[in-house]
Amino acid sequence: MSEHQQAAVRARRRWRSMIWSIVAIFVLAVALPSAGYLFAQTTTGEPQRQFSEQSESNPRSDMWRDGRRGEGGFTTQTGPYVTNQMMTNVGENYRQIRTGPVTTLGGWFLVIVFLAITAFFLLTGQKKIEGGRSGQTIVRWQAYERFLHWFTAISFIILAITGLSLLFGRTVLIPIFGHQGFAAYAQLAYGTHNVVGPVFSVGVLMMIVLWVRHNIPNKTDLEWFKQGGGIVGNKHPSAGKMNGGEKVWFWGGVFALGLTVIITGFIALFPNWGFQTREIMSWSLIIHAVAATLWIGLFLGHAYIGTLGTEGALEGMTRGRVDTAWAKQHHDLWYQDVVASGEKPVPEEELRSDGKQASPGGSRPAGQQGS
Amino acid sequence: MARMKFLCDAERCIECQACVTACKNEHEVPWGVNRRRVIVMNDGQPGEKAISVACMHCTDAPCAAVCPVDCFYTTADGIVLHDKDLCIGCGYCFYACPFGAPQYPQQTAFGVRGKMDKCTFCAGGPETAHSQEELTKYGTNRVEEGKLPLCAEMCATKALIAGDGNVIADIYRKRVMTRGGRPQTWGWQAAYGQDV
Repeated sequence: MSEHQQAAVRARRRWRSMIWSIVAIFVLAVALPSAGYLFAQTTTGEPQRQFSEQSESNPRSDMWRDGRRGEGGFTTQTGPYVTNQMMTNVGENYRQIRTGPVTTLGGWFLVIVFLAITAFFLLTGQKKIEGGRSGQTIVRWQAYERFLHWFTAISFIILAITGLSLLFGRTVLIPIFGHQGFAAYAQLAYGTHNVVGPVFSVGVLMMIVLWVRHNIPNKTDLEWFKQGGGIVGNKHPSAGKMNGGEKVWFWGGVFALGLTVIITGFIALFPNWGFQTREIMSWSLIIHAVAATLWIGLFLGHAYIGTLGTEGALEGMTRGRVDTAWAKQHHDLWYQDVVASGEKPVPEEELRSDGKQASPGGSRPAGQQGS
Repeated sequence: MARMKFLCDAERCIECQACVTACKNEHEVPWGVNRRRVIVMNDGQPGEKAISVACMHCTDAPCAAVCPVDCFYTTADGIVLHDKDLCIGCGYCFYACPFGAPQYPQQTAFGVRGKMDKCTFCAGGPETAHSQEELTKYGTNRVEEGKLPLCAEMCATKALIAGDGNVIADIYRKRVMTRGGRPQTWGWQAAYGQDV
């Protein structure tokens, strides 16, 4: 082996030992401090102590915990309002929600909706019939439909006033009338609300059944919504007998909120049915109040558009006939259908000169109303 | 001024119903209306416990908070009373109360309940003390005579104690110290707040 070869072997060996030393240093630097765990593990090899008396439940404390959560017990007392629970937290939720968001947010919601509608009216004014009235009228609502509408509307308003009085009376009316004056009124409002409620429900259910055929959503509504219903500006999106907005009022208001209010209302109104626990009752009352508040908000919009907001709209629900110019402007597709079905518009003068105020229900066959 | 409270010692209550009977008899409470009731937990099992429950006269009373006609008031002694002339019988207080204390003479269709009735801590109502009106509407007024609620005074084992919160808490504390075991001031946290 030459001198040169020996030097190369030495150099390689030096490198190898250097690398292995570095690896060993790293491995041991990590492993050695952990050796303590290994030691501990092997020296305490005996079975770990089981803290069974803590992990097992204590029947006494379980009983009190369940009792506080509303677990029922046994009681010999009888009566419609006797509960077998020593306490329950249901009421606390009811209290917090009712005196909290329902009265505060609900109250401000109605105030803001009212102010927004007022501001909108002041800014834009009434939506006039473009080009004026034509003087020709066609039938929009039959007599029985108008009766149903006003029957439901009047009971709605009675329920809204009495219901809002009970919800906000303590905040708003007691400072004005005093406790005794308000209590006398509240007793009357409570009784009225409870009797008119079921009567109103009949109206709402009949509306749903009778008017659902006018309110089936279609492509025209999509276009109507895209153009914002023509509420702002001078656009007049097409619409059948019911436009997109009216369908929202039908499905969102009369159908969804209406049924919610009716169901929760009946639950609250007939405690004698017996299935209503305090939990069911308090949640029904909360849902009833929230749905009714939203519905009243929507109603303010509906009432505005139907009366002050649109020239020529209200007469469709009062005398049942609307001006053809109004029909073309707001419900063009429906107008075309009515004309196509062969109905002849009747001039205003004829209606007035006719002493008996030509009842649309009587003078026209009912079948013409379908659209 | 005293702060009146009820405390029911579950280690002593033997479910004899004397408090219930005393209350009904003292105030001529109508049938079906129960100002006080005894509830037995784990009835018939080892470790069963009986508790006498009535209006606890809460510090921040939920019934008063939800009442639409604001007919509740708290006396200087911390007793929660209500005015039956204002009550419209809507039932809200019954749904808000943690203890199921408010009672009504009726449960009929169209939400007719009649005027709410509940434990008065034997302190009558807003009418003139010891008047016929007070007697018919709210029952007798023992507090006015310097007496404590009859249910507690009748209690044979002194499980149900009534009176100033500090005094009855002291009595109960002595009992727990003597007999050992854990204190069980049932319902106090819900009725009188976190710091009792």
